[in-house]
Amino acid sequence: MRILTDRKRAEGLGAAHRGTEHHWNMIVSSSALIGLVPLFVFTVGAAIGRPYDEVIAYFQRPFPAIVAVLTLLVGFIHFRHGVQVLIEDYTGGLTRKVLIICMICLSYAAAAIGLFAIARVAL
Amino acid sequence: MADVNRGNRPLSPHLQIYRPQLTAITSILTRITGNALIVGALLVVWWFIAAAKGPEYFALANGVITSWFGDLVLLGSVWALWYHALAGIRHLIWDTGRGLEIGTAEKLGWAVIIGSFALTALTVVVL
Repeated sequence: MRILTDRKRAEGLGAAHRGTEHHWNMIVSSSALIGLVPLFVFTVGAAIGRPYDEVIAYFQRPFPAIVAVLTLLVGFIHFRHGVQVLIEDYTGGLTRKVLIICMICLSYAAAAIGLFAIARVAL
Repeated sequence: MADVNRGNRPLSPHLQIYRPQLTAITSILTRITGNALIVGALLVVWWFIAAAKGPEYFALANGVITSWFGDLVLLGSVWALWYHALAGIRHLIWDTGRGLEIGTAEKLGWAVIIGSFALTALTVVVL
């Protein structure tokens, strides 16, 4: 005997019974990026092109470092989910799997390298 | 069931002969800008790691990022970032079930295009 009702098992899953988690992830990360992107453009953008000493001093302040860390982290997670849809739409089979694995690795690697570099400069 | 005309039926319109529509163009541009941003993102990450490594390596990254090529990539990335952000806001509005009428969707499309160039110009002026 099933304890869950049919409605309870289907609710929030959509016709395919999966994928809603992915969509929800994109909604959350894109909402966060609406605030982070303008901050990143005008905070980090102000430092790009400046000499070494100024850049180091700039990211030793909490605000620019935190904006940079948060935007890179949320941005690369958003990219990891976004590029997966691109790959799924145009490729199939083994190619699709290999490409998705490569792009997930690239996303987390780039995020980790960025966060390490900012931490190194800031601390 | 007799199907006498299989394989000899008119094809649905191909992209090449289909009149481009604003909604279609703004949609594919959202995908292109979002995925192309990986180039600018990796450039900025490289610039950060160069700053962490030390002055000599930073000089190399700084040289690349302030060259005409670096400027071109950054300018393109800034426009792509603003375009993708505005188009993303449009998607969040659509996800609530609002603004899906053709007239409204086209107005939102123009808002995304004009807004992206305006914000890019603002960024260039401010920075």
